[in-house]
Amino acid sequence: MHSVSVKNLTLKFGSAEVLKNLNLDVEEGEFIVLLGPSGCGKSTLLNCLAGLLELSEGQIHIKGKNVTWAEPSERGIGMVFQSYALYPQMTVRGNMSFGLKIAGLPKAEIAKRVERASEILQIGPLLDRKPGALSGGQRQRVAIGRALVREVDVFLFDEPLSNLDAKLRSELRVELKRLHNRLKNTMIYVTHDQIEALTLADRIAIMRGGIIQQLDAPQTIYNRPANLFVAGFIGSPAMNFIKGATVDGGKRFTFGDVSLDLAGYEGGAILDRPKAIIGLRPEHLTMVDAAIPGHTIPAVVEIDEPMGADSLVWLLAEGRQMSVRVPVEHRPAPGKLVHLRVDIAKASLFDETNELRI
Amino acid sequence: MSNTSPSVVPSGAKPKPFITPQRVLVYTVLTICAVFFLFPLYIMIITSLKNIQEIQSGNIFIPTMTPTLDAWEKAWNSACTGLYCEGVKVGFWNSIKITVPSTIVSIIVASLTGYSMANWPFKFSEVFFTILLLSSFIPYVVMIYPLVIITRELGIYSTLPAVVLVHTIFGLPLLTLLFRNYFASLPQELFKAARVDGAGYWQIFFQVFAPMSVPIFTVAVILQVTGIWNDFLFGVIYAGPTNYPMTVQLNNIVNSAQGGKAYNVDMAATILTGLVPLAIYFFSGKYFVRGIAAGAVKG
Ligand SMILES: Nc1ncnc2c1ncn2[C@@H]1O[C@H](COP(=O)(O)OP(=O)(O)O)[C@@H](O)[C@H]1O
Ligand SMILES: [Mg+2]
Repeated sequence: MHSVSVKNLTLKFGSAEVLKNLNLDVEEGEFIVLLGPSGCGKSTLLNCLAGLLELSEGQIHIKGKNVTWAEPSERGIGMVFQSYALYPQMTVRGNMSFGLKIAGLPKAEIAKRVERASEILQIGPLLDRKPGALSGGQRQRVAIGRALVREVDVFLFDEPLSNLDAKLRSELRVELKRLHNRLKNTMIYVTHDQIEALTLADRIAIMRGGIIQQLDAPQTIYNRPANLFVAGFIGSPAMNFIKGATVDGGKRFTFGDVSLDLAGYEGGAILDRPKAIIGLRPEHLTMVDAAIPGHTIPAVVEIDEPMGADSLVWLLAEGRQMSVRVPVEHRPAPGKLVHLRVDIAKASLFDETNELRI
Repeated sequence: MSNTSPSVVPSGAKPKPFITPQRVLVYTVLTICAVFFLFPLYIMIITSLKNIQEIQSGNIFIPTMTPTLDAWEKAWNSACTGLYCEGVKVGFWNSIKITVPSTIVSIIVASLTGYSMANWPFKFSEVFFTILLLSSFIPYVVMIYPLVIITRELGIYSTLPAVVLVHTIFGLPLLTLLFRNYFASLPQELFKAARVDGAGYWQIFFQVFAPMSVPIFTVAVILQVTGIWNDFLFGVIYAGPTNYPMTVQLNNIVNSAQGGKAYNVDMAATILTGLVPLAIYFFSGKYFVRGIAAGAVKG
């Protein structure tokens, strides 16, 4: 039995189809991240799961029960919003117990749950304050607490960290991971931040234009992007794309005067494709002094951007801009001719016509 | 180096000249407005404190040396409207009886309608909104006669309920717009959070939205109380002589031709009539501005 199951979901706002025949199965206790550029329908999907939007077509099942027509409060979900959405006139305690009071839980039970949630989230000292007197991080903790006290199976997060500054964001990110390890609930988490996705997710669903492009473990998404969009979206600095062709029955990739040996590529049948793209991550290239035929690309150093531990070097290869990540002590001088060694096992090949990974 | 003398080291806030063209303009306009409204009030107050001989012999601009509240007492208790000599107090209580229920009913209905339109969209709610918007521009004079017939058919013409009903109806379009815009400007996620918490239509309204809406309710109360209190036309038409509001009574007192004109009594009665809206603005001006800024701007 899946914890959450979305079947053929279509959602239209008027005539605009925001989600298109979407299917998604989430396992019990899984941490799923919906990742995609803004406007791709992530929040819309989450709102559908929560019961805050009416589906145009399709079904939603939670814990094996068809909840397509159920009220948000009947679905066994808790939700955390980007803007915290705390009730400004109520204290922290009031915010956390509001839903429980409406559900008619006995006072003692409410107190016990609030106690437990505030202990987990370390917001005990704040219980009698109003949201206005809290910092952003504290507010988001309270918002998480409000979902926690519901003791539900599924948590929905809509960009919960996006309003926080960088330091707090990374702190709370770790805390969320810890929370998931402790509670083992199913969590569905929306973000446009790939670092959050890569660090938190058991599986990432990459979305674009209302369609899930790829649903896989973070490492798979990172190493074997299913298409050009995913490849370009994941990874910072972005993957280098070079247009060329595969020749010799799929044994070599050529562009300009460069020819790369494709032996060891992990993927499908390469074949001869006149329009192909090779994707090379900056961290999968190494700078060497001498050319190795079939394994290196000659390039001239333009500039470098030191980033603390390592440095991002920008080069020109056959008139194309490329970037390489190197240890900071290996920074080359601008203008120098170097050779970029390609690890073909970590490269990705795409067919330019359908943009799919080969 | 251009406008500071060499001995002054620029540091911290830059000193600004006290008299600037903007300030002169702003203060001139404000002063003119203040004089325009305060001067008549000044004349009324000093006149109401004089006795009738002083009014007839003295200068209208000069206050009396022997102020008396006789005119005020007379205006409140015993000024004549032609038939009765019971002062404006009768009208005062009538106005209270008209204003309080009209204000309460119209605000309750309008806030719920506005809340429904903003947060619980129903089929045709946008059409409904447009109709409402347009109807607030229809001159209400065209509806007076139909409403006379309607209230007559309802059997309430010339009674308190009739005038309350009419005030409620005419207050609704504007108030509903006001509330709808205010509720639409509240964060949508708050509404969603309350839905997830299991709160329904009434619980969200009373427990989440209403406590956040004090400014807009204040604006609505001010608009309704002043509007209804100042009304003359509906009072004359629908209330019936025994329920005439204070404005109508004031008119009857000022226009009743018995002996010489008692200017001091007329002035006192006028000020008494205007006192309620004046007091409301005075004590809630801050909330009024805040509420207008919060609610009316966003659409
Ligand atoms: N209530 C609405 N009415 C019409 N269009 C909407 C509405 N809500 C969202 N959209 C559109 O749906 C698309 C997806 O929105 P959303 O799910 O919020 O994106 P995101 O992935 O950034 O969360 C956007 O193009 C947005 O303009
Ligand atoms: Mg969003």
